Amino acid sequence: MGRGRVYGAEDFGGLTMSIFKSAVELHGLLQSRSLTCVDLLDAVYAQVDAQDSQVKAYISLLRETAYERARSLDLRFDAGEELPVLAGIPIAIKDNICLKGSRTTCSSKMLENFVSPYDATVINRLNAQGMIPVGKTNLDEFAMGSSTENSAFFTTANPWDLDRVPGGSSGGSAAAVAAGEAIVALGSDTGGSIRQPAAFCGLVGMKPSYGRVSRYGLVAFASSLDQIGPFARTVEDVAYLLNALCGFDPLESTSSRQAVPDFTKSLSRDVKGLKIGIPKEMMGEFVHSDIREATMKALDLLKTQGAEWEEISFDMFDYAVSTYYILAPAEASANLSRFDGVRYTHRCADSHSLKEMYTRSRGEGFGPEVQRRIILGTYVLSSGYYDAYYLKAQKVRTLIKNGFEKLFQTYDVIVTPTTPTTAFKPGEHSENPLAMYLADIATIPANMGGLPAMSIPVGFSNGMPIGLQIMGKAFDEETVLRVGHAYQQLTDFHRQVPGGMQ
Amino acid sequence: MTTTYEMVIGLEVHAQLKTKTKLFCGCSTHFGDAVNTHVCPVCLGMPGSLPVLNKRAVEMAVIAGKALNCDIQETSVFARKNYFYPDLPKGYQISQFELPLCLGGHLDIVVDDQIKRIGITRIHMEEDAGKLLHQGSGAIAGSTHSLVDLNRACTPLIEIVSEPDIRSAAEARAYVESLRIILRTIGVNDGNLEEGSMRVDVNLSLRPSGTSKFGTRTEVKNVNSFRSIERAIASEFARQKEILDAGGVVIQQTRNYHDDTQTTTALRDKEEAHDYRYFPDPDLLPLVLSKLQLQDILANFPELPEQIRHRYLGLVLTDSDVVVLLEDMTMRAYFEACLKVSGVVPAKEICKWVVGDLNAFLKDRPEGFASTMATPEKFVGLLALLVAGTISGKMMKDLLQKMIETGQNADVLLTQSGGAQVSDASELIPVIEKVLAANPDVVEKIKSGKSQSAEFLMGQVMKETRGKAKPDLVRQIIAEVISKY
Ligand SMILES: [Zn+2]
Repeated sequence: MGRGRVYGAEDFGGLTMSIFKSAVELHGLLQSRSLTCVDLLDAVYAQVDAQDSQVKAYISLLRETAYERARSLDLRFDAGEELPVLAGIPIAIKDNICLKGSRTTCSSKMLENFVSPYDATVINRLNAQGMIPVGKTNLDEFAMGSSTENSAFFTTANPWDLDRVPGGSSGGSAAAVAAGEAIVALGSDTGGSIRQPAAFCGLVGMKPSYGRVSRYGLVAFASSLDQIGPFARTVEDVAYLLNALCGFDPLESTSSRQAVPDFTKSLSRDVKGLKIGIPKEMMGEFVHSDIREATMKALDLLKTQGAEWEEISFDMFDYAVSTYYILAPAEASANLSRFDGVRYTHRCADSHSLKEMYTRSRGEGFGPEVQRRIILGTYVLSSGYYDAYYLKAQKVRTLIKNGFEKLFQTYDVIVTPTTPTTAFKPGEHSENPLAMYLADIATIPANMGGLPAMSIPVGFSNGMPIGLQIMGKAFDEETVLRVGHAYQQLTDFHRQVPGGMQ
Repeated sequence: MTTTYEMVIGLEVHAQLKTKTKLFCGCSTHFGDAVNTHVCPVCLGMPGSLPVLNKRAVEMAVIAGKALNCDIQETSVFARKNYFYPDLPKGYQISQFELPLCLGGHLDIVVDDQIKRIGITRIHMEEDAGKLLHQGSGAIAGSTHSLVDLNRACTPLIEIVSEPDIRSAAEARAYVESLRIILRTIGVNDGNLEEGSMRVDVNLSLRPSGTSKFGTRTEVKNVNSFRSIERAIASEFARQKEILDAGGVVIQQTRNYHDDTQTTTALRDKEEAHDYRYFPDPDLLPLVLSKLQLQDILANFPELPEQIRHRYLGLVLTDSDVVVLLEDMTMRAYFEACLKVSGVVPAKEICKWVVGDLNAFLKDRPEGFASTMATPEKFVGLLALLVAGTISGKMMKDLLQKMIETGQNADVLLTQSGGAQVSDASELIPVIEKVLAANPDVVEKIKSGKSQSAEFLMGQVMKETRGKAKPDLVRQIIAEVISKY
């Protein structure tokens, strides 16, 4: 067991304890008026004040607007109005999602002073539920990284061990929820940026199918891979959040018109007869033995509920990583061109020519990892190299998609460890970017295939949380949620709270 | 012996589509408003904003493609064309590259009464850039700073690329003129070269007459009037000829045309050419047009200029009137509306008045043909009085002017003016006899054969009748009465 403590129903009295409850539990308290939205917000901000100087989850806080909304929601609750489950729930927002009137920095010097003039579609959707954004969270600059070490401002700490990273790129969002500085959070996932920090911080984190959630207002990293998704303690909360977030957006051409089910309906079903595939490639020596063990235990537990699992072979993992590091930088190199010193970005002082303004503004505004990826992306799109890299990578991507399609003819879900290791220490990978890249080997394929994938907590190794990844076929979030929920009915890993955060 | 050269020209024409809103956002495309007033997160290239394709722009591009005899592609793909410039908010232009919307068309032009077919390689859709306003200098060089106006950013363009089939400046001009009339007539472009709603790039190379191998070409930009198309071609032809005559080689480069000096200067060489790093834009799905959708778009395919010309000549309009009508879209729309309610009034008579007096009256009035109070119905009503002989040509002019000012219909105007023209001989004879009696010397002149003097008497009669006498009848009665003298 971890350093945390199991937090059960008997602890429900204390106000500060509300910050480790699920949104669904809190809704009951808010609706019955055992708790007010303002009380809950007080508790969350008290925790921020107490812990965030160490955790450093937030780049900016939204106290004023948060309290305004909490007060108006309390009036409605007081009047006996039945409000949505998510109404009044404090939520942390990754700082690459535009929220009108707030700074949206992407953890970059480039956008240090950029105040978004508009709301992302997901923000509108959360507002419609009456959710309360409490602050904007730290990330690896422009979501490029796996630890928040690439933030231009600071590195976020893992609430389970402040000497370790929370994962990334959505590390601030994960750390905020794990530390009780928010009840749930939004992140974005391009190659694992929700699932990996969820695993490192002992949370549920889900990347929905590509097209499920509008990207309008998400500052683009790699447009064909990016997807916004939620962090929460329970799969049930994730289902409610997906209900709120998913759906066609006329402002987003790649958003899907596929009908959106009520995801909470899938939670009541059991896993009897469900077929699970576990790729042997993801259970090799490079995966820590504690993690492999926790994975097998989780599978066996699901088996006791009537699910079947078998080992399979899927040789696309290595290809997925190499393909990712061609396609994602290629798209990023164009996506980041708009940060040019002309309008809302950092601009260098005293430039004497247009070219100088461009090169110095971008040289000063972008950190080394972002520059590395822009250079890489520019290279693979250059004439003479385009066919050998970009075009070939697109072909491999199609092969990966086809490979998944074939697997999903036999299996309902595919399960892997979310990460080969638990949370590492800052600097551990800094001299070797390639090793950091390989840490995403299990999570990248779902982005390549546009598949829904979720990480759930399934144990601890030396006090640090272990995550299990559940991948489903495109637009079948329901089965993924069903497996995760069934597992959480039998375990309490998700109910553990980092010892130092109480 | 000096070599004679043949010029080989291909043209790239950018035409702005006349949509109400921009290509990828809902902002207005209206020209000439205060700077940076038609902008939003999308066309400003704000972080996180995404493009959504304007359906109307696609329809217009399809119609243009069809009008130029192209194959409309079932699948076309928007790509990012990457380059940095302060008028390009995203740092890339969304354009079409490998898979454009239209391929393989042609346009027939007439030069020296000869019809020539010019091939069209492709037509693709793309967004326009904004506009730089250099301060303290006409160009970026020498300016203290530059301001950016993004009203034009993201407005929809089609780029029409011709085959290198053009062989003279006159052909180039005829091609652009013909293209312009077609695009205007089908309602997709307003054909204004000076305002930049049509922009022409000239690709030109020389080869010794009689040979077939292409020479090295240059691309000439900044050609923004019909006159400058011809002048730029003449200037670039002369420049390349001089190089070749001296035994030199033409360098492949992009050149800027300067109308004031009628010369071109090098903008950049091939080696400095941008590597645009095109790749499919992941923010936009491929544009797929099913057969059914194409049918829908083409269901109301507009009449082409050539078809209109035929129809008008069938209505015995004059060549020169047809040219005027084809040039002026609002006048033509008015004329067409008149045709719909013409009744007994011949098209030729309508045309004569629309192109002539009505056009002259409306020229300085802000409402113009589009919203004149002399609606086609009212105007034709007045013309019907003229055709029936109820009013004279002079009255027609007077009443038409009043109609434009008041919007009254013909009957009311006629009553207000004191009634119809006098065409009753018994009413006119006493007046005429009175005039003749007062002018015996003129009568004498006429009798001695100076028949033109009758016009003086005509004028006097008109004066007496306040212009309402029917001229033909007056003339006839004068002749009859004098013959009895
Ligand atoms: Zn706009």
